[in-house]
Amino acid sequence: MEKYRINQKKGMEFGLYTLGDHIANPFTGKRISAQQRIKEIIELARLADQAGLDFFSVGESHQDYFTTQAHSVVLAAIAQATDNIKIGSSSTIISTSDPVRVYEDFATIDLISDGRAEIIAGRASRIGLFDLLGYDVQDYEALFEEKFDLLLQINENESLSWEGQYRAPLKDAQVLPRPKNHTLPIWRAVGGTPASAMKAGYAGVPMMLATLGGPASAFKNVVDAYRETARRSGHDTTELPVGVTGFFHVAETSQDALKQIYPYINEGMKLSNGQGFPKQAFAQARDKRSVINVGSPQEVIEKILYQYELFGHQRYLAQMDFGGVPFEQLAKNIEVIAEEILPAIRKYTGKNQEE
Amino acid sequence: MNIIGLSGSIVGSKTRTVMDVVAKEINEKYPEADFQLIDLKDYDLQFSDGRNYLDYSGDTASVTRKIMEADVIIIGTPVFQASIPASLKNIFDLLPAGAFRDKVVSFFITAGSSKHYLVADYQLKPTLAYMKAQIVQTYVYIEEKSFRQKQLIDDDAAFRLERLVEDTVDTFEAAEWVRKKKEDSYGF
Repeated sequence: MEKYRINQKKGMEFGLYTLGDHIANPFTGKRISAQQRIKEIIELARLADQAGLDFFSVGESHQDYFTTQAHSVVLAAIAQATDNIKIGSSSTIISTSDPVRVYEDFATIDLISDGRAEIIAGRASRIGLFDLLGYDVQDYEALFEEKFDLLLQINENESLSWEGQYRAPLKDAQVLPRPKNHTLPIWRAVGGTPASAMKAGYAGVPMMLATLGGPASAFKNVVDAYRETARRSGHDTTELPVGVTGFFHVAETSQDALKQIYPYINEGMKLSNGQGFPKQAFAQARDKRSVINVGSPQEVIEKILYQYELFGHQRYLAQMDFGGVPFEQLAKNIEVIAEEILPAIRKYTGKNQEE
Repeated sequence: MNIIGLSGSIVGSKTRTVMDVVAKEINEKYPEADFQLIDLKDYDLQFSDGRNYLDYSGDTASVTRKIMEADVIIIGTPVFQASIPASLKNIFDLLPAGAFRDKVVSFFITAGSSKHYLVADYQLKPTLAYMKAQIVQTYVYIEEKSFRQKQLIDDDAAFRLERLVEDTVDTFEAAEWVRKKKEDSYGF
Protein backbone atom coordinates (compact mmCIF):
# COMPACT_ATOMS: atom_id res chain seq x y z
CA MET A 1 0.00 0.00 0.00
CA GLU A 2 3.04 2.23 0.37
CA LYS A 3 3.01 3.07 -3.32
CA TYR A 4 -0.45 4.54 -2.76
CA ARG A 5 0.64 6.39 0.37
CA ILE A 6 -1.64 4.39 2.61
CA ASN A 7 -0.54 3.40 6.07
CA GLN A 8 -2.96 0.77 7.29
CA LYS A 9 -1.65 0.93 10.84
CA LYS A 10 -3.42 4.25 11.20
CA GLY A 11 -6.71 2.60 10.37
CA MET A 12 -9.14 3.20 7.55
CA GLU A 13 -8.84 6.63 6.00
CA PHE A 14 -11.76 9.03 6.12
CA GLY A 15 -12.16 11.72 3.50
CA LEU A 16 -14.63 14.03 1.83
CA TYR A 17 -15.39 14.39 -1.82
CA THR A 18 -17.35 16.96 -3.74
CA LEU A 19 -18.62 16.93 -7.29
CA GLY A 20 -18.52 20.72 -7.20
CA ASP A 21 -22.24 20.93 -7.84
CA HIS A 22 -23.82 24.36 -7.81
CA ILE A 23 -27.47 24.00 -6.92
CA ALA A 24 -30.02 26.20 -5.17
CA ASN A 25 -30.75 25.35 -1.54
CA PRO A 26 -34.17 23.64 -1.87
CA PHE A 27 -35.32 25.04 1.49
CA THR A 28 -34.75 28.67 0.45
CA GLY A 29 -34.72 28.44 -3.34
CA LYS A 30 -31.58 30.58 -3.31
CA ARG A 31 -28.33 29.73 -5.03
CA ILE A 32 -25.00 31.19 -3.95
CA SER A 33 -22.71 32.53 -6.68
CA ALA A 34 -20.28 30.21 -8.44
CA GLN A 35 -17.47 32.23 -6.91
CA GLN A 36 -18.79 31.71 -3.39
CA ARG A 37 -19.30 28.01 -4.01
CA ILE A 38 -15.70 27.57 -5.16
CA LYS A 39 -14.40 29.54 -2.19
CA GLU A 40 -16.52 27.48 0.17
CA ILE A 41 -15.12 24.27 -1.30
CA ILE A 42 -11.60 25.52 -0.64
CA GLU A 43 -12.64 26.55 2.88
CA LEU A 44 -14.24 23.14 3.44
CA ALA A 45 -10.96 21.47 2.50
CA ARG A 46 -9.17 23.74 4.97
CA LEU A 47 -11.61 22.76 7.76
CA ALA A 48 -11.23 19.09 6.88
CA ASP A 49 -7.45 19.48 7.05
CA GLN A 50 -7.62 21.17 10.47
CA ALA A 51 -9.98 18.47 11.72
CA GLY A 52 -7.47 15.79 10.78
CA LEU A 53 -9.36 14.12 7.95
CA ASP A 54 -7.23 12.08 5.58
CA PHE A 55 -8.42 13.09 2.12
CA PHE A 56 -10.33 15.73 0.18
CA SER A 57 -11.22 15.56 -3.48
CA VAL A 58 -12.99 17.58 -6.15
CA GLY A 59 -14.59 16.32 -9.36
CA GLU A 60 -15.16 17.75 -12.81
CA SER A 61 -18.61 17.85 -14.41
CA HIS A 62 -19.03 19.91 -17.55
CA GLN A 63 -22.71 20.71 -17.37
CA ASP A 64 -25.29 22.96 -15.87
CA TYR A 65 -25.47 23.07 -12.05
CA PHE A 66 -21.74 22.47 -11.58
CA THR A 67 -18.88 24.81 -10.92
CA THR A 68 -15.59 22.91 -10.66
CA GLN A 69 -15.10 22.09 -14.33
CA ALA A 70 -11.48 23.24 -13.83
CA HIS A 71 -11.11 20.93 -10.87
CA SER A 72 -7.31 20.80 -11.01
CA VAL A 73 -7.21 24.58 -10.61
CA VAL A 74 -9.44 24.33 -7.54
CA LEU A 75 -7.19 21.55 -6.22
CA ALA A 76 -4.15 23.78 -6.68
CA ALA A 77 -5.81 26.40 -4.48
CA ILE A 78 -6.63 23.68 -1.93
CA ALA A 79 -3.02 22.49 -2.04
CA GLN A 80 -1.96 25.97 -1.02
CA ALA A 81 -4.65 26.37 1.65
CA THR A 82 -3.97 23.07 3.43
CA ASP A 83 -1.02 21.43 5.21
CA ASN A 84 -1.49 17.73 5.82
CA ILE A 85 -4.60 16.39 4.14
CA LYS A 86 -4.17 14.33 0.96
CA ILE A 87 -5.97 15.82 -2.03
CA GLY A 88 -7.21 14.46 -5.29
CA SER A 89 -9.77 14.44 -8.06
CA SER A 90 -13.12 12.69 -7.92
CA SER A 91 -13.02 12.21 -10.66
CA THR A 92 -10.81 13.40 -13.51
CA ILE A 93 -12.48 12.50 -16.81
CA ILE A 94 -9.37 11.27 -18.52
CA SER A 95 -11.30 10.31 -21.70
CA THR A 96 -11.73 13.94 -22.74
CA SER A 97 -8.39 15.24 -21.49
CA ASP A 98 -4.81 14.87 -22.61
CA PRO A 99 -3.08 12.53 -20.12
CA VAL A 100 0.16 14.47 -20.53
CA ARG A 101 -1.49 17.72 -19.44
CA VAL A 102 -3.37 15.98 -16.63
CA TYR A 103 -0.13 14.49 -15.36
CA GLU A 104 1.68 17.84 -15.57
CA ASP A 105 -1.14 19.47 -13.60
CA PHE A 106 -1.31 16.86 -10.86
CA ALA A 107 2.45 16.46 -10.53
CA THR A 108 2.55 20.23 -10.04
CA ILE A 109 -0.22 20.07 -7.44
CA ASP A 110 1.81 17.32 -5.79
CA LEU A 111 4.84 19.63 -5.57
CA ILE A 112 2.78 22.58 -4.33
CA SER A 113 1.19 20.36 -1.68
CA ASP A 114 4.46 18.72 -0.71
CA GLY A 115 3.52 15.25 -1.95
CA ARG A 116 -0.19 15.04 -1.23
CA ALA A 117 -1.80 14.81 -4.69
CA GLU A 118 -3.68 11.87 -6.20
CA ILE A 119 -5.77 11.23 -9.30
CA ILE A 120 -9.02 9.31 -9.45
CA ALA A 121 -9.80 8.81 -13.13
CA GLY A 122 -13.34 8.23 -14.33
CA ARG A 123 -15.42 7.92 -17.47
CA ALA A 124 -18.20 10.47 -16.73
CA SER A 125 -21.83 9.57 -16.12
CA ARG A 126 -23.16 12.45 -18.18
CA ILE A 127 -21.67 12.96 -21.60
CA GLY A 128 -22.15 16.63 -22.54
CA LEU A 129 -18.41 17.14 -22.15
CA PHE A 130 -17.68 15.04 -25.23
CA ASP A 131 -19.30 17.66 -27.49
CA LEU A 132 -17.96 20.54 -25.44
CA LEU A 133 -14.37 19.36 -25.54
CA GLY A 134 -14.44 17.99 -29.07
CA TYR A 135 -14.63 14.22 -28.64
CA ASP A 136 -16.94 11.63 -30.14
CA VAL A 137 -19.11 9.95 -27.55
CA GLN A 138 -19.10 6.83 -29.71
CA ASP A 139 -15.50 6.40 -28.52
CA TYR A 140 -16.60 6.62 -24.85
CA GLU A 141 -15.01 3.38 -23.73
CA ALA A 142 -11.99 3.28 -26.06
CA LEU A 143 -11.03 6.87 -25.20
CA PHE A 144 -10.99 6.09 -21.50
CA GLU A 145 -9.08 2.83 -21.76
CA GLU A 146 -6.40 4.23 -24.03
CA LYS A 147 -5.89 7.47 -22.15
CA PHE A 148 -6.05 5.90 -18.71
CA ASP A 149 -3.40 3.43 -19.78
CA LEU A 150 -1.21 6.26 -21.07
CA LEU A 151 -1.66 8.12 -17.78
CA LEU A 152 -0.45 5.04 -15.90
CA GLN A 153 2.55 4.72 -18.22
CA ILE A 154 3.50 8.37 -17.71
CA ASN A 155 3.28 7.77 -13.97
CA GLU A 156 5.80 4.95 -14.19
CA ASN A 157 8.14 6.47 -16.78
CA GLU A 158 9.59 9.96 -16.87
CA SER A 159 10.43 9.44 -20.53
CA LEU A 160 8.36 7.32 -22.81
CA SER A 161 7.47 6.51 -26.37
CA TRP A 162 3.86 5.79 -27.02
CA GLU A 163 1.47 5.38 -29.90
CA GLY A 164 -2.29 5.19 -29.85
CA GLN A 165 -5.45 6.04 -31.68
CA TYR A 166 -6.66 9.15 -29.90
CA ARG A 167 -3.58 11.20 -29.30
CA ALA A 168 -0.47 12.16 -31.27
CA PRO A 169 2.39 9.72 -30.66
CA LEU A 170 5.07 10.44 -28.07
CA LYS A 171 8.70 9.85 -29.06
CA ASP A 172 11.11 9.69 -26.13
CA ALA A 173 8.95 12.35 -24.59
CA GLN A 174 9.78 13.60 -21.14
CA VAL A 175 6.78 14.46 -18.96
CA LEU A 176 7.69 17.01 -16.30
CA PRO A 177 7.59 17.95 -13.51
CA ARG A 178 7.75 14.66 -11.63
CA PRO A 179 5.84 14.23 -8.36
CA LYS A 180 7.70 14.59 -5.09
CA ASN A 181 7.76 10.87 -4.35
CA HIS A 182 8.33 9.58 -7.91
CA THR A 183 4.76 8.46 -8.65
CA LEU A 184 1.22 9.64 -7.96
CA PRO A 185 -1.46 7.34 -6.56
CA ILE A 186 -3.82 6.84 -9.53
CA TRP A 187 -7.19 5.23 -8.88
CA ARG A 188 -9.91 4.07 -11.20
CA ALA A 189 -13.40 5.37 -10.45
CA VAL A 190 -15.96 2.58 -10.56
CA GLY A 191 -19.76 2.70 -10.72
CA GLY A 192 -21.85 0.18 -8.86
CA THR A 193 -21.42 -2.83 -11.15
CA PRO A 194 -19.03 -5.80 -10.94
CA ALA A 195 -18.25 -5.40 -14.66
CA SER A 196 -16.89 -1.92 -14.02
CA ALA A 197 -14.92 -3.06 -10.96
CA MET A 198 -13.36 -5.92 -12.89
CA LYS A 199 -11.79 -3.43 -15.30
CA ALA A 200 -9.89 -1.89 -12.39
CA GLY A 201 -8.95 -5.41 -11.32
CA TYR A 202 -7.51 -6.34 -14.71
CA ALA A 203 -5.30 -3.26 -14.69
CA GLY A 204 -4.25 -3.82 -11.08
CA VAL A 205 -5.01 -0.25 -10.06
CA PRO A 206 -6.73 0.94 -6.87
CA MET A 207 -10.51 1.14 -7.11
CA MET A 208 -12.70 3.97 -5.88
CA LEU A 209 -16.23 2.58 -5.74
CA ALA A 210 -19.20 4.94 -5.83
CA THR A 211 -22.40 3.96 -4.02
CA LEU A 212 -25.73 5.76 -4.01
CA GLY A 213 -28.06 3.56 -2.01
CA GLY A 214 -29.11 0.02 -1.25
CA PRO A 215 -27.65 -2.51 1.15
CA ALA A 216 -23.90 -2.46 1.71
CA SER A 217 -23.79 -6.19 1.08
CA ALA A 218 -24.80 -5.59 -2.54
CA PHE A 219 -21.52 -3.74 -3.01
CA LYS A 220 -19.51 -6.48 -1.39
CA ASN A 221 -19.97 -8.48 -4.61
CA VAL A 222 -18.41 -5.59 -6.48
CA VAL A 223 -15.42 -5.39 -4.14
CA ASP A 224 -15.00 -9.16 -4.33
CA ALA A 225 -15.18 -9.10 -8.14
CA TYR A 226 -12.47 -6.43 -8.17
CA ARG A 227 -10.09 -8.34 -5.89
CA GLU A 228 -10.75 -11.67 -7.57
CA THR A 229 -10.08 -10.21 -11.02
CA ALA A 230 -6.93 -8.49 -9.79
CA ARG A 231 -5.69 -11.74 -8.27
CA ARG A 232 -6.36 -13.72 -11.43
CA SER A 233 -4.54 -11.05 -13.43
CA GLY A 234 -1.46 -11.56 -11.30
CA HIS A 235 -1.71 -8.55 -9.01
CA ASP A 236 -1.13 -8.58 -5.27
CA THR A 237 -4.39 -7.44 -3.74
CA THR A 238 -2.77 -6.75 -0.38
CA GLU A 239 -1.02 -3.90 -2.20
CA LEU A 240 -4.17 -2.53 -3.86
CA PRO A 241 -6.29 -0.13 -1.85
CA VAL A 242 -10.06 -0.01 -2.18
CA GLY A 243 -12.00 3.18 -1.58
CA VAL A 244 -15.75 3.43 -1.12
CA THR A 245 -17.81 6.61 -1.46
CA GLY A 246 -21.36 7.47 -0.46
CA PHE A 247 -23.81 9.95 1.00
CA PHE A 248 -23.07 11.19 4.49
CA HIS A 249 -24.83 13.38 7.04
CA VAL A 250 -25.09 13.34 10.82
CA ALA A 251 -27.58 14.93 13.22
CA GLU A 252 -28.70 14.23 16.77
CA THR A 253 -31.17 11.57 15.72
CA SER A 254 -31.50 9.54 12.55
CA GLN A 255 -34.88 11.13 11.93
CA ASP A 256 -33.36 14.62 12.07
CA ALA A 257 -30.54 13.52 9.83
CA LEU A 258 -32.90 12.13 7.17
CA LYS A 259 -35.10 15.21 7.37
CA GLN A 260 -32.18 17.58 7.03
CA ILE A 261 -30.44 15.93 4.11
CA TYR A 262 -33.15 14.30 1.95
CA PRO A 263 -34.38 17.42 0.13
CA TYR A 264 -30.83 18.31 -0.94
CA ILE A 265 -30.12 14.86 -2.31
CA ASN A 266 -33.52 14.51 -3.96
CA GLU A 267 -33.44 17.92 -5.66
CA GLY A 268 -29.77 17.59 -6.51
CA MET A 269 -30.35 14.26 -8.23
CA LYS A 270 -33.28 15.70 -10.17
CA LEU A 271 -31.18 18.53 -11.53
CA SER A 272 -27.95 16.69 -12.17
CA ASN A 273 -29.33 13.32 -13.20
CA GLY A 274 -32.94 13.90 -14.23
CA GLN A 275 -34.54 11.74 -11.53
CA GLY A 276 -35.00 12.27 -7.80
CA PHE A 277 -34.07 9.83 -5.05
CA PRO A 278 -37.21 7.82 -4.15
CA LYS A 279 -38.19 8.63 -0.58
CA GLN A 280 -39.14 5.05 0.16
CA ALA A 281 -35.65 3.88 -0.75
CA PHE A 282 -34.03 6.73 1.18
CA ALA A 283 -36.07 5.87 4.28
CA GLN A 284 -34.27 2.54 4.34
CA ALA A 285 -31.11 4.44 5.26
CA ARG A 286 -32.38 3.98 8.85
CA ASP A 287 -31.25 0.40 8.64
CA LYS A 288 -27.70 -0.33 9.71
CA ARG A 289 -27.22 -2.46 6.61
CA SER A 290 -27.84 0.50 4.28
CA VAL A 291 -24.81 1.94 2.53
CA ILE A 292 -26.15 5.49 3.04
CA ASN A 293 -24.25 6.90 6.01
CA VAL A 294 -26.96 9.20 7.30
CA GLY A 295 -28.01 9.08 10.95
CA SER A 296 -26.89 9.94 14.45
CA PRO A 297 -23.11 9.94 14.98
CA GLN A 298 -23.30 6.59 16.76
CA GLU A 299 -25.43 5.03 14.01
CA VAL A 300 -23.09 6.30 11.33
CA ILE A 301 -20.07 4.93 13.19
CA GLU A 302 -21.78 1.55 13.38
CA LYS A 303 -22.58 1.63 9.69
CA ILE A 304 -19.09 2.60 8.64
CA LEU A 305 -17.59 -0.14 10.78
CA TYR A 306 -20.08 -2.66 9.42
CA GLN A 307 -19.08 -1.61 5.89
CA TYR A 308 -15.44 -1.94 6.89
CA GLU A 309 -16.08 -5.50 8.02
CA LEU A 310 -17.73 -6.25 4.68
CA PHE A 311 -15.35 -4.52 2.28
CA GLY A 312 -12.07 -4.33 4.15
CA HIS A 313 -11.54 -1.01 2.38
CA GLN A 314 -8.71 1.40 3.05
CA ARG A 315 -10.56 4.65 2.50
CA TYR A 316 -14.08 5.94 2.92
CA LEU A 317 -15.09 9.12 1.11
CA ALA A 318 -18.16 10.97 2.35
CA GLN A 319 -20.26 13.08 0.01
CA MET A 320 -22.11 15.53 2.21
CA ASP A 321 -22.35 18.76 0.20
CA PHE A 322 -24.56 17.63 -2.67
CA GLY A 323 -27.57 19.71 -3.70
CA GLY A 324 -27.01 23.18 -2.22
CA VAL A 325 -26.27 22.24 1.41
CA PRO A 326 -25.38 25.43 3.32
CA PHE A 327 -21.82 25.80 4.51
CA GLU A 328 -22.72 25.90 8.23
CA GLN A 329 -24.23 22.43 7.97
CA LEU A 330 -21.03 21.14 6.36
CA ALA A 331 -18.88 22.76 9.02
CA LYS A 332 -21.05 21.15 11.70
CA ASN A 333 -20.59 17.75 10.06
CA ILE A 334 -16.82 18.19 10.08
CA GLU A 335 -16.95 19.01 13.78
CA VAL A 336 -18.83 15.78 14.51
CA ILE A 337 -16.50 13.79 12.27
CA ALA A 338 -13.46 15.15 14.10
CA GLU A 339 -14.84 14.77 17.61
CA GLU A 340 -16.80 11.53 17.43
CA ILE A 341 -16.51 9.62 14.19
CA LEU A 342 -12.81 9.73 13.35
CA PRO A 343 -11.60 8.65 16.81
CA ALA A 344 -14.03 5.72 16.85
CA ILE A 345 -13.12 4.56 13.35
CA ARG A 346 -9.39 4.89 13.86
CA LYS A 347 -9.54 3.10 17.17
CA TYR A 348 -11.38 0.18 15.69
CA THR A 349 -9.80 -0.16 12.27
CA GLY A 350 -6.29 0.76 13.40
CA LYS A 351 -6.35 -1.76 16.19
CA ASN A 352 -7.60 -4.48 13.87
CA GLN A 353 -4.55 -4.08 11.69
CA GLU A 354 -2.19 -4.58 14.60
CA GLU A 355 -3.74 -7.83 15.68
CA MET B 1 -52.45 16.48 -12.97
CA ASN B 2 -50.15 16.61 -15.95
CA ILE B 3 -51.28 14.11 -18.62
CA ILE B 4 -49.37 13.21 -21.77
CA GLY B 5 -51.10 11.43 -24.61
CA LEU B 6 -48.33 9.61 -26.44
CA SER B 7 -49.22 8.51 -29.96
CA GLY B 8 -46.51 5.96 -30.56
CA SER B 9 -46.40 5.53 -34.33
CA ILE B 10 -44.95 7.66 -37.10
CA VAL B 11 -47.11 6.09 -39.81
CA GLY B 12 -50.81 5.38 -40.24
CA SER B 13 -53.79 7.18 -38.78
CA LYS B 14 -55.71 4.86 -36.45
CA THR B 15 -53.65 5.48 -33.34
CA ARG B 16 -53.86 9.23 -33.74
CA THR B 17 -57.59 9.03 -34.46
CA VAL B 18 -58.17 7.21 -31.19
CA MET B 19 -55.80 9.55 -29.34
CA ASP B 20 -57.94 12.48 -30.49
CA VAL B 21 -61.00 10.74 -29.01
CA VAL B 22 -59.09 10.28 -25.74
CA ALA B 23 -58.01 13.95 -25.78
CA LYS B 24 -61.58 15.11 -26.28
CA GLU B 25 -62.78 12.88 -23.46
CA ILE B 26 -60.15 14.26 -21.06
CA ASN B 27 -60.82 17.87 -22.03
CA GLU B 28 -64.54 17.42 -21.44
CA LYS B 29 -64.48 15.35 -18.26
CA TYR B 30 -61.32 16.67 -16.64
CA PRO B 31 -60.92 20.28 -17.77
CA GLU B 32 -58.63 20.97 -14.82
CA ALA B 33 -56.08 18.44 -16.12
CA ASP B 34 -53.14 19.72 -18.12
CA PHE B 35 -53.30 17.51 -21.21
CA GLN B 36 -50.68 17.49 -23.90
CA LEU B 37 -50.62 15.31 -26.99
CA ILE B 38 -47.28 14.06 -28.29
CA ASP B 39 -47.67 12.47 -31.71
CA LEU B 40 -44.30 10.96 -32.59
CA LYS B 41 -45.11 11.69 -36.23
CA ASP B 42 -44.56 15.39 -35.47
CA TYR B 43 -41.07 14.96 -34.06
CA ASP B 44 -37.65 14.08 -35.33
CA LEU B 45 -36.23 11.76 -32.68
CA GLN B 46 -32.82 10.15 -32.69
CA PHE B 47 -32.24 6.58 -31.65
CA SER B 48 -31.21 5.98 -28.07
CA ASP B 49 -27.47 5.62 -27.62
CA GLY B 50 -27.57 5.07 -23.90
CA ARG B 51 -26.80 8.59 -22.71
CA ASN B 52 -28.73 10.34 -19.93
CA TYR B 53 -31.92 11.84 -21.38
CA LEU B 54 -30.78 15.29 -20.31
CA ASP B 55 -27.82 14.99 -22.68
CA TYR B 56 -29.90 14.88 -25.88
CA SER B 57 -30.77 17.96 -27.90
CA GLY B 58 -33.64 19.12 -30.11
CA ASP B 59 -36.86 17.11 -30.30
CA THR B 60 -35.29 14.16 -28.48
CA ALA B 61 -34.58 16.42 -25.50
CA SER B 62 -37.98 18.12 -25.48
CA VAL B 63 -40.05 14.94 -25.86
CA THR B 64 -38.15 12.99 -23.18
CA ARG B 65 -38.29 15.91 -20.75
CA LYS B 66 -42.05 16.30 -21.25
CA ILE B 67 -42.57 12.61 -20.56
CA MET B 68 -40.36 12.72 -17.45
CA GLU B 69 -42.37 15.67 -16.13
CA ALA B 70 -45.76 13.98 -16.64
CA ASP B 71 -47.91 12.49 -13.87
CA VAL B 72 -49.93 10.36 -16.26
CA ILE B 73 -49.07 8.94 -19.66
CA ILE B 74 -51.69 7.47 -21.96
CA ILE B 75 -49.97 5.54 -24.71
CA GLY B 76 -51.52 4.72 -28.04
CA THR B 77 -49.76 2.12 -30.14
CA PRO B 78 -50.34 0.10 -33.30
CA VAL B 79 -49.00 -3.43 -33.70
CA PHE B 80 -46.04 -3.91 -36.05
CA GLN B 81 -44.55 -7.38 -36.61
CA ALA B 82 -46.32 -8.81 -33.57
CA SER B 83 -45.00 -6.09 -31.27
CA ILE B 84 -45.00 -2.37 -30.57
CA PRO B 85 -43.41 -0.14 -33.23
CA ALA B 86 -39.73 0.76 -32.97
CA SER B 87 -40.66 4.44 -32.59
CA LEU B 88 -42.39 3.70 -29.28
CA LYS B 89 -39.72 1.29 -28.04
CA ASN B 90 -37.18 4.01 -28.81
CA ILE B 91 -39.01 6.32 -26.38
CA PHE B 92 -38.63 3.69 -23.65
CA ASP B 93 -34.97 3.20 -24.56
CA LEU B 94 -34.29 6.94 -24.41
CA LEU B 95 -35.59 7.16 -20.84
CA PRO B 96 -33.76 6.02 -17.71
CA ALA B 97 -34.60 2.77 -15.93
CA GLY B 98 -37.30 3.60 -13.42
CA ALA B 99 -38.47 6.52 -15.57
CA PHE B 100 -42.14 5.77 -14.83
CA ARG B 101 -41.78 5.67 -11.04
CA ASP B 102 -44.69 7.57 -9.46
CA LYS B 103 -46.39 7.83 -12.85
CA VAL B 104 -49.58 6.17 -13.99
CA VAL B 105 -49.41 4.64 -17.46
CA SER B 106 -52.38 3.35 -19.41
CA PHE B 107 -52.69 2.46 -23.06
CA PHE B 108 -54.78 1.42 -26.01
CA ILE B 109 -53.79 -0.64 -29.00
CA THR B 110 -54.91 -0.32 -32.58
CA ALA B 111 -54.50 -3.29 -34.86
CA GLY B 112 -55.52 -4.73 -38.20
CA SER B 113 -57.07 -7.81 -36.64
CA SER B 114 -57.59 -9.61 -33.34
CA LYS B 115 -54.54 -11.81 -33.90
CA HIS B 116 -52.25 -9.69 -31.76
CA TYR B 117 -54.40 -9.08 -28.72
CA LEU B 118 -51.69 -10.50 -26.41
CA VAL B 119 -49.02 -8.04 -27.55
CA ALA B 120 -50.06 -5.78 -24.69
CA ASP B 121 -49.64 -8.44 -22.03
CA TYR B 122 -46.53 -10.04 -23.41
CA GLN B 123 -44.63 -7.07 -24.74
CA LEU B 124 -45.85 -3.72 -23.49
CA LYS B 125 -46.72 -4.44 -19.86
CA PRO B 126 -43.40 -6.09 -18.92
CA THR B 127 -41.48 -3.06 -20.19
CA LEU B 128 -43.76 -0.64 -18.36
CA ALA B 129 -43.49 -2.71 -15.18
CA TYR B 130 -39.69 -2.80 -15.45
CA MET B 131 -39.71 0.97 -15.75
CA LYS B 132 -41.77 1.13 -12.51
CA ALA B 133 -45.01 2.39 -14.01
CA GLN B 134 -48.24 2.19 -12.07
CA ILE B 135 -50.01 0.34 -14.90
CA VAL B 136 -53.73 0.62 -15.44
CA GLN B 137 -54.44 -3.07 -15.93
CA THR B 138 -57.33 -2.80 -18.35
CA TYR B 139 -56.54 -1.56 -21.80
CA VAL B 140 -58.47 -1.02 -24.98
CA TYR B 141 -57.79 -3.03 -28.10
CA ILE B 142 -59.35 -1.60 -31.25
CA GLU B 143 -59.43 -3.31 -34.61
CA GLU B 144 -59.49 -1.99 -38.14
CA LYS B 145 -63.20 -2.65 -38.47
CA SER B 146 -63.96 0.01 -35.85
CA PHE B 147 -62.74 2.77 -38.17
CA ARG B 148 -64.16 4.39 -41.23
CA GLN B 149 -62.57 7.25 -43.13
CA LYS B 150 -60.27 8.08 -40.24
CA GLN B 151 -63.12 8.20 -37.76
CA LEU B 152 -63.83 5.86 -34.89
CA ILE B 153 -67.32 4.56 -35.64
CA ASP B 154 -67.59 1.82 -33.04
CA ASP B 155 -69.71 2.78 -30.02
CA ASP B 156 -68.36 -0.12 -28.02
CA ALA B 157 -64.80 1.10 -28.56
CA ALA B 158 -65.88 4.62 -27.58
CA PHE B 159 -67.47 3.31 -24.36
CA ARG B 160 -64.32 1.33 -23.54
CA LEU B 161 -62.17 4.41 -24.13
CA GLU B 162 -64.39 6.43 -21.79
CA ARG B 163 -63.82 3.82 -19.11
CA LEU B 164 -60.08 3.75 -19.85
CA VAL B 165 -59.79 7.51 -19.26
CA GLU B 166 -61.86 7.23 -16.09
CA ASP B 167 -59.77 4.31 -14.80
CA THR B 168 -56.58 6.18 -15.60
CA VAL B 169 -57.56 9.27 -13.64
CA ASP B 170 -58.91 7.19 -10.75
CA THR B 171 -55.73 5.14 -10.64
CA PHE B 172 -53.67 8.32 -10.55
CA GLU B 173 -55.70 9.73 -7.67
CA ALA B 174 -55.44 6.48 -5.74
CA ALA B 175 -51.71 6.19 -6.44
CA GLU B 176 -51.17 9.77 -5.33
CA TRP B 177 -53.07 9.10 -2.12
CA VAL B 178 -50.94 6.05 -1.42
CA ARG B 179 -47.70 7.84 -2.27
CA LYS B 180 -48.51 10.85 -0.08
CA LYS B 181 -49.63 8.68 2.82
CA LYS B 182 -46.46 6.65 2.57
CA GLU B 183 -44.18 9.65 2.27
CA ASP B 184 -45.85 11.37 5.20
CA SER B 185 -45.33 8.26 7.29
CA TYR B 186 -41.56 8.61 6.90
CA GLY B 187 -41.65 11.90 8.74
CA PHE B 188 -38.95 13.58 6.65
